[in-house]
Amino acid sequence: MSLIGAPVRRVEDARFLTGRGRYVADMTLSRMLHVAFLRSPYAHARIVSIDTRRARELPGVAACVTGDELAPCARPIRAESKMAGYRATEFPALARGKVRFAGEAVAAVLAESRYAAEDALEAIDVRYETLPVIATPEAAMAGDATLVHEAAGSNVLLSRAFVQGDAEAAIARAPVVVGGRFRFHRHAGVTLENRACLADWDAGARELTLWSSTQVPGLLRETLAELLDLPAHRLRVVAPDVGGGFGVKSALYPEEVAVCALARLAGRPAKWVGDRREDLLTSTQAWDETIEAELAVHADGTISALRARVVADVGAYSIHPWTASIEVIQVISFLPGPYRVPHYRGEGWGVATNKAPMGPYRGVGRPVSTFVTEALMDRAARRLGIDPVELRLRNLLRPDELPYRSPSGVVWDSGSFVESLERARDVAEYERVRAEQRRGRDAGRYVGIGVACYVELTGVGSAIPASPGAAINTGTEGATIRVDPGGTVTASFGLACHGQGHETTLAQVVAEELGAQLENVRVIHGDTAAGPAGTGTYASRSAVIGGGAAMLAARALREKALAIAAHLLEVAAGDLTLADGRASVRGAPDRTLTLREIARAAYAGAKRLPKGMEPGLEATRFYDPYFGTASNATHVAVVEVDPETCAVVVRRFVVVEDCGRIINPLIVEGQAIGGTAQGIGAALLEEIVYGDDGQLLTGSLLDYLVPTAAEVPAIEVVHLERPSPTTLGGFKGVGEGGTIGAPAAVANAIADALAPLGVEISELPVTPERLFRLISPGGRPLR
Amino acid sequence: MRDPVTVRLRVNGVECQGRCEPRKLLVDFLREDLGLTGTHVGCEHGICGACTILFNGEAARSCIMLAVQADGAEILTVEGLMQNGKLHPLQEAFREHHGLQCGFCTPGMLITALDLLQTNPSPTEGEIREGISAVLCRCTGYHGILKAVEAAARTMREA
Ligand code: FES
Ligand code: FES
Repeated sequence: MSLIGAPVRRVEDARFLTGRGRYVADMTLSRMLHVAFLRSPYAHARIVSIDTRRARELPGVAACVTGDELAPCARPIRAESKMAGYRATEFPALARGKVRFAGEAVAAVLAESRYAAEDALEAIDVRYETLPVIATPEAAMAGDATLVHEAAGSNVLLSRAFVQGDAEAAIARAPVVVGGRFRFHRHAGVTLENRACLADWDAGARELTLWSSTQVPGLLRETLAELLDLPAHRLRVVAPDVGGGFGVKSALYPEEVAVCALARLAGRPAKWVGDRREDLLTSTQAWDETIEAELAVHADGTISALRARVVADVGAYSIHPWTASIEVIQVISFLPGPYRVPHYRGEGWGVATNKAPMGPYRGVGRPVSTFVTEALMDRAARRLGIDPVELRLRNLLRPDELPYRSPSGVVWDSGSFVESLERARDVAEYERVRAEQRRGRDAGRYVGIGVACYVELTGVGSAIPASPGAAINTGTEGATIRVDPGGTVTASFGLACHGQGHETTLAQVVAEELGAQLENVRVIHGDTAAGPAGTGTYASRSAVIGGGAAMLAARALREKALAIAAHLLEVAAGDLTLADGRASVRGAPDRTLTLREIARAAYAGAKRLPKGMEPGLEATRFYDPYFGTASNATHVAVVEVDPETCAVVVRRFVVVEDCGRIINPLIVEGQAIGGTAQGIGAALLEEIVYGDDGQLLTGSLLDYLVPTAAEVPAIEVVHLERPSPTTLGGFKGVGEGGTIGAPAAVANAIADALAPLGVEISELPVTPERLFRLISPGGRPLR
Repeated sequence: MRDPVTVRLRVNGVECQGRCEPRKLLVDFLREDLGLTGTHVGCEHGICGACTILFNGEAARSCIMLAVQADGAEILTVEGLMQNGKLHPLQEAFREHHGLQCGFCTPGMLITALDLLQTNPSPTEGEIREGISAVLCRCTGYHGILKAVEAAARTMREA
């Protein structure tokens, strides 16, 4: 049986289960200092003066550093983009001149303990002169608005449009047009491990090592080298065990720059471990978009046009490398979904405000675009009196139409859109739920069923950057595989792992392709000193790109191992098989050599190798899937709304997903369910709220609600497993999908439940309060 | 800052002692002074449950207790679950049922599940959901964890 596709139990689990995981916070270096940041209490203010004298004199305090003092050691992060009309912003490690959001770091203390460092924060005197707070994109775009970045010249940092055909004319002609003003509020990723980093400067060797809770060690190294003025080969970035990423840890953060510079200044290792308040105040947040959209359909329900205007609140800084464009451009890129949309116009604006920066979060843009498009599909279905599943079936791209170039230029190489919808309808017992719904309505119960279909570009290769216009290459990854002299296998990657189980899945790929025993393969990742050049793990890319690189390198090694074995056994290489750590002669099962014996020969040099063969048994290969490949799924939610308490209970949730060839079904299921749970949280509970003064009102987990086991329903996952025709191995990405479909499915299910009341869901999350206002605009309960 | 005090306690069956400031959190004492970094800090305000330990036999959040309050206490952390080189049935079951991804919630989740099964050896699915709702997991959607706790309950009943 192939190891690719086997439900192998994870090799990384043993250390996590026994408390031996090693996250940044767990690390201690001798002479290490602890860093605490003084954070701005104001959302927008000029820094008049900072006096650190009292703080510096406190016991246990080694240094206290301001933005001006740090500036000579660290250039600001500048988020560049090739996108036309984009305005780059600079994000300093510590604020200089002014602060642009509440929580921005203005000074840092280095002390013998975190307790002492925090004591010292209280002794720093900062004088601020407050500035008008830009709390909304509307305010930011007003003619006389105060600028968040004077140097940018405008609060509108970017705008972009995708146009195909003539959406205006088509909408004017169409018999049915549905539309709405949609709002998806701000969201926080809430990795359970807060961000943290530890830097060690070796003044003798002039080398810096940074351990960071990051998804992108390779990317950090290249950028930090520039900002810190260090050659990259003197900089090593390690992502040790990382407690969740979800996109939140895929940007370069000012704290990472600051901690490196502070360690260098102090000549001692410096460690910062963010607390939850800092995480909610300063980690990149998601979504926060307002979408005005219209969908035009013919009388038979086929789509004629889609038009959308999307305004994104991108917060105070554009982030590196994704820039402030990442969310909103993805929304307008993916609004047409897996449907045939002849005429399309999608326009987006990214607007700076005095809030934490917006960044990529699981699904990036697509949870929002799917929410909007799928809501419009249901509205059209209701208007036409066509069943929503039927309406989708009439519009979904069929396999014979693929590859298909979407209105925004994305190529869908393949997809099982129709199949996944039909399967989801059957698994969820759609007709039975409809019957139950009818009976329930007679009895005053509000049951609803909601469907959401999506397609997702994954494993994006070099044809387009993972973030439009981003100034970095994201299309390739490498694998270095070595058969050790003793016959075990070490495979290193530039990828980083934060829960995806790469140490297991990539080992499965390597073992299968090389012909090694699974338990003899060890995967190393997340260390720029250990692996080939790479950026890290984000954008549902690792199985596709890392897996592809692993296949190429493993195949190269296999070929060489077979050539060596053939030489030693005096047979033709074509007569040999290599599996399970053993090369055997076809038809002569007793004539074998183990991988260990082959490795021994490989390192013994010329006397045991075929003439002219280079010794060693190691290969590095890179893989570029060029366009990337389409994953798709259908989500179905069944909900019941209690009209009295406005509580929504998700009674059933079905996911029919196609992530191509599956490496490990346990892990695919875990990703799909985990992502879906986050999407359900986004639909019902999770919301970052700022006051008009730019103060974060949801600065603890008491206020920002992450779903617990009591809120997440059982989620049934069905795999379609239609291999990608374009990627090596047939893999497609699966990390983000769950979060893309779930908000839309839940929103549609609620709207479906409340259809008799004429309620439409245009705003997420659907908190009980929002639902109450929708159900009873006059403020009276329903019964 | 106040002068350090001595804290004596039993952790995972071993007598320990350390000196720390009276204001030091128990979780920081375990992690920094005793080097037991298996217990994690996810929020420091009593919500996420990552820091859960058994305190005199009952689940407690070590981020909202002071080390001095634990003087004389008997504590079990994730490091104490494995006995004689053998994984605890809960640890086995979490591995078998993919009850963890990033592993950050896992120590608190294991201890919370242990507490649940000590008081209720045959919990229903609803009771497990409620029991482990004391700990946040952002990765798994809880599915694998539920299955793991159910399986471990069976194993522990049969043992
Ligand atoms: S760290 Fe103790 S409950 Fe979150
Ligand atoms: S496994 Fe990551 S938080 Fe639970």
